[in-house]
Amino acid sequence: MDLLASLSTGTGYWNPLAWLLATVIAAVIVYLVWRRGESGYKKGTAQTTPFISGNPEPGKEMVHVRASNLYWGYLDALKGYYELIVPAHTGVVNDYVLWYLGVTAMLMIVVVVFI
Amino acid sequence: MNGFLIEHAPALLIMLPLIGAFATPFIGRVSPRIRSAWVILIMTLTTLTALLLASDVFLNGTQIYVFGAANPDLAVPLDSGGIPIRIIFTVDAMSALMQVIGAICGFAVLLYSISADRIHSGLESFYTLFLLMIAGIMGMVSTGDLFNFFVFLEILSIASAGLIAYRIDGGLAVEAALKYFVLSTIGAMVILVAIGIYYGEYNALNIAMIASRMQFTLLDQIALVLIIAALAMKCGSVPMHFWTPDAYSMAPSSITAMLVVASQASLYGLFRVVFTLYNVTLNAMTVGWIIIILGVLSMVVGVTMAIPQKNVKRLMAYHAISQTGYMLLGVGVGLAVLGNQPLMDSFGYIAMEGGIFHIINHAMYKGLLFLTAGAIFFRIGTYNLNRMGGLGHSMKYTMIFFIIGALAIAGIPPFNGFASKLMIYESVFAFNPVLAVIAMVVSILTLASFVKVFHSIFMGPKLPEYETVQEAPAPMLIGMAVLAAIVILFGLFPQAVVDGLIAPAAHALSDQSGYIAAVLGGA
Repeated sequence: MDLLASLSTGTGYWNPLAWLLATVIAAVIVYLVWRRGESGYKKGTAQTTPFISGNPEPGKEMVHVRASNLYWGYLDALKGYYELIVPAHTGVVNDYVLWYLGVTAMLMIVVVVFI
Repeated sequence: MNGFLIEHAPALLIMLPLIGAFATPFIGRVSPRIRSAWVILIMTLTTLTALLLASDVFLNGTQIYVFGAANPDLAVPLDSGGIPIRIIFTVDAMSALMQVIGAICGFAVLLYSISADRIHSGLESFYTLFLLMIAGIMGMVSTGDLFNFFVFLEILSIASAGLIAYRIDGGLAVEAALKYFVLSTIGAMVILVAIGIYYGEYNALNIAMIASRMQFTLLDQIALVLIIAALAMKCGSVPMHFWTPDAYSMAPSSITAMLVVASQASLYGLFRVVFTLYNVTLNAMTVGWIIIILGVLSMVVGVTMAIPQKNVKRLMAYHAISQTGYMLLGVGVGLAVLGNQPLMDSFGYIAMEGGIFHIINHAMYKGLLFLTAGAIFFRIGTYNLNRMGGLGHSMKYTMIFFIIGALAIAGIPPFNGFASKLMIYESVFAFNPVLAVIAMVVSILTLASFVKVFHSIFMGPKLPEYETVQEAPAPMLIGMAVLAAIVILFGLFPQAVVDGLIAPAAHALSDQSGYIAAVLGGA
């Protein structure tokens, strides 16, 4: 068993260790570039205080973007899809059984009738 | 001694958790500490037995174990008319792989659970059911007898339902367990009808025996559909997935991680039936496409339903459905070209290997993700993403484990999910490019979903209500670390895993004649 072997995907190859090496080299380059940056940054001074048009900074619990506010655009764009798919998840076990029986019946038609 | 252990390992795999389960309530009366030590001892021995047996199977080929025979490998008694009448466990490379998955996940989850669930009452029953669950999984993936498969499926379902309902949670957990139990029971009864059909037709319950006589008559077609639908429902395939988010979200997190493995045992049963029982006798292209379509539906509906979820475990449950879709897709493509050797060699085996590789990868990273969700609940008492934030300041190790699991499920290199998904993408592309594109889009949506979860839980300023939150206890971190280490190692050395575990499993699954010969070779 060769631990270092590349993963064969049938049409190509993938070597995670080579990828890791490339990532480390890229990280070193990024670090070297970062070191050439501004060194006057001081934590806890006005430099690190958010500037909100002169208004005071709100409380910490107020600035965290909660899960409900994420991907609003995505959900709005696919509203039509979600209006169909979400109500199908009724939470009623009778519906779950009906779906199961429906799929069984459909497969029965496909396999028994058409094969 | 070693030879004796290996010879009887298939029986020990069932016997150990069963003895452990039934002794746990009595030992629990002595002391909780002794009970915990007992359960860990049993799970450790079960894991070692599974690893020992797997190493033997991968080195020496399929091992059979005949219960009640003078010799454990005497499959067909001389006076039985050529029929293997006893219960036989047939452990080939595919079974051994599933045993390893069950054992490793069970061990990691138990370590985690000892700490995570210690504050609850009724732990004697909890660990009894946990070990019964392990016995059910091990039995399902080991047995070479269809009726025995049904028995272990029922053991697994009953134990799982009890554990889903364990926390009661104002009746919500009980309701989730009831839904799971109703569907599981109907599914199991349907499977029993199918088994009755085989028994009536072929006068046998042994998989190898029925496979050797398979005619693919009308009755066989009906039995095939009954089994495919029931096991696809049990593994959470869309559109029969509805029980999954309910059950996964209401069970304790340690149990949710095991429910993933339980679903995969059903997936194993599905693959075993179509490949070993029927193989080329069925219309592989049609049945392959049925599995592919179930897979694509699971991938797309699973991930799109995950994105708007607010409950982190419910969200992860939908992702589990989505990931099951990848396994169905990969193995479905392998089935669709079964019997066409040039296509099998070109991409069929790789697709199957990708699908099977994804089973073990998914068990590890999804188990890890559910454990991180449980660790967060353990500290802050909610699964509601809207009420979380800034926990990266106080739960750094949990955050690291979550990142590892999230990147793996999204198929980001160098983690294990990327390796199996890459195999699926490229092989499925050769079969049908549209399917590969859908699979890649689903991965992107998975990443988007977990970016949301990561931000909601760990990012942002430390919230005032969580000022005093501490890191998860060490045993919980150790359980997560075991799974995280496997996620990383399988990602860094994927070809070694494929060569050592996955390719033998894929070939064993597709090699019907080898399976039959292993059992009936002397008949």
